[in-house]
Amino acid sequence: MVSELPWDPATGTLRRELAEGMINPACRAALEAALRIREAEGGEITAITMGPRMAEEVLREAIALGADRGVLLSDPKMSGADTSATSFTLARAIEQACPGFDMVLCGFATSDSETAQVGPQLAEELKIPGVGYVDEISVSGRTVRMQRLADNFLETLEMDLPGLITVTSGANVPRHVPMGGLQAAFDSADIVTLDAASLGLDPERIGVKGSATKIVNVTSPMAGKKNIVLTGTPKRIVDQLFERFDDKIGGAIGKDLKRDKQKS
Amino acid sequence: MNSEKKAIWVFGDYRNYFQNRVTLQLLSRARELAVKIDAEVCAVVFGYWTDEWVNDALSHNPTFSGVVGEYIAHGADMVYLTDHPRLAAYSMETYVLLMERLAKREKPDMILIGATTFGREFASRVAKRLGTGLSADCIGLEINEEGLLVQRAPFFGGNLVAEIVTPVRRPQMVTVRPGTFQEIPHDPLRTGKVVKVPLPKELPADRVRLIRAEQHLPRGRKIEDAKVVVCGGRGMGSKKKFQKLFELAELLNGEVGATRPVVYADWADHDALIGQAGKHIKPQILFSFGISGAIQHTASCNDAKFIIAINKNPNAAMMKKADVAIVADASQFCTALIQELKRCIR
Repeated sequence: MVSELPWDPATGTLRRELAEGMINPACRAALEAALRIREAEGGEITAITMGPRMAEEVLREAIALGADRGVLLSDPKMSGADTSATSFTLARAIEQACPGFDMVLCGFATSDSETAQVGPQLAEELKIPGVGYVDEISVSGRTVRMQRLADNFLETLEMDLPGLITVTSGANVPRHVPMGGLQAAFDSADIVTLDAASLGLDPERIGVKGSATKIVNVTSPMAGKKNIVLTGTPKRIVDQLFERFDDKIGGAIGKDLKRDKQKS
Repeated sequence: MNSEKKAIWVFGDYRNYFQNRVTLQLLSRARELAVKIDAEVCAVVFGYWTDEWVNDALSHNPTFSGVVGEYIAHGADMVYLTDHPRLAAYSMETYVLLMERLAKREKPDMILIGATTFGREFASRVAKRLGTGLSADCIGLEINEEGLLVQRAPFFGGNLVAEIVTPVRRPQMVTVRPGTFQEIPHDPLRTGKVVKVPLPKELPADRVRLIRAEQHLPRGRKIEDAKVVVCGGRGMGSKKKFQKLFELAELLNGEVGATRPVVYADWADHDALIGQAGKHIKPQILFSFGISGAIQHTASCNDAKFIIAINKNPNAAMMKKADVAIVADASQFCTALIQELKRCIR
């Protein structure tokens, strides 16, 4: 399982989900898919993430859920990576830490940047077949069959291993972390941390330097919203709402809201 | 071919033409951008019998037909067309290879791709092959003083928008959220050039095999296009109380949406799910009933023009995001609103 967890390139600070130590919902569905495949077919699961030292918590959570080991890619030189630099870094790490791997499972997107780009780009980097946005996976020998809903087409696809799959967050309902497992994951988890040097990565190809895109500004579309708060009994609030916004509501629903202006 | 003139390419994602006109929307924006950097607008089409698609457009244009004619009528100066039986169904690896080869040969300045499921994966792979950057699901495209494409991409669940540029690498690539731009009206008199690109001889077989594809048209009206959405969460209290939202939506000419816990509890169909792995909505008014506002949900509501949130907890994230935050029991307020609407809609 690979999870894209970069830190904020602008400020160098952690993104919130990461600080809370949560696996992205889609990445968690990917891990769940991996656990089910292991139950049926055997194998070993390595959880990999890239991020600051704190991202180790995500790996502990993955191990508590059943992953066999974790690999953390952490190096200030990797920070600020766009999806292309991220997929490059992940690919080289997978080649080194998991030689002869059969399958790479990723969440289809993170919940912070939601690009959905790292999975497909990772398949390109690893030069293996890959399918995105998968809802169902079944493995039979060296062949994987997948189902997905893509642009109103329900598709059934097949590929031979090794291959890469990105999994939607609706795919599998993930299991809960067993408490004992969580404890064990914190006591004795098999986690290795790799930096750019230990992976032999060219610093020009990772992090900010290896990124073709550059963020020049960040704005908030929320700015300028008024956030009017209405309180009282439901009836009173409905009255206030119609008094102030009857045109807006009437316009949207295409009906004229004729109200007696005199209050009851 | 076009030695001096810059080119802005738009990927012709025609498969969902009748549901999703994002290609036409991109052609329209490409035209506006092209004026600023003196470029021509090219559509790129891979398929088979592409003139069978979009038949209503055919009759209007004496010279061009099908997808090609439609794209020219909507703003393309030129269409690169590869039409071959091998391309009868969308095929990721083949399409990526064709785009890679064409872009390496013609060196466009920009490639704009609709952020459909196919488009997002396709764009990721093409950008990787071309060694360039890519911004995802953009909600705005501008040209800055240096002539660079400013790519406005939402992140952090749409609570923030990043302005991204690709300073050095070319082409500048983006995927764009459907509905972001307005298409130019169909102009049957527009003309353009069609460049037929033959399929390469040594085309490898796709490693991903398409076993089956059934078209799954969404039934009924589409919540993605609804002007009013009434969305409910666990705060509605029960499945029975949740049903009131359907009555409200009916009165408001709207559609009902739901959060993940509500769908899991079987208060609403999966079709109604708003959020990650569900639908993305952009109504003029969103009523949000009893929804706390987890980022996986709110990220898909950010394009709502006006949000009215109802929650007992004034500090819920959804309440903070709302234009109007109503501190009340969601179910009781829903009842009061239904009564009032029945009284005053004429």
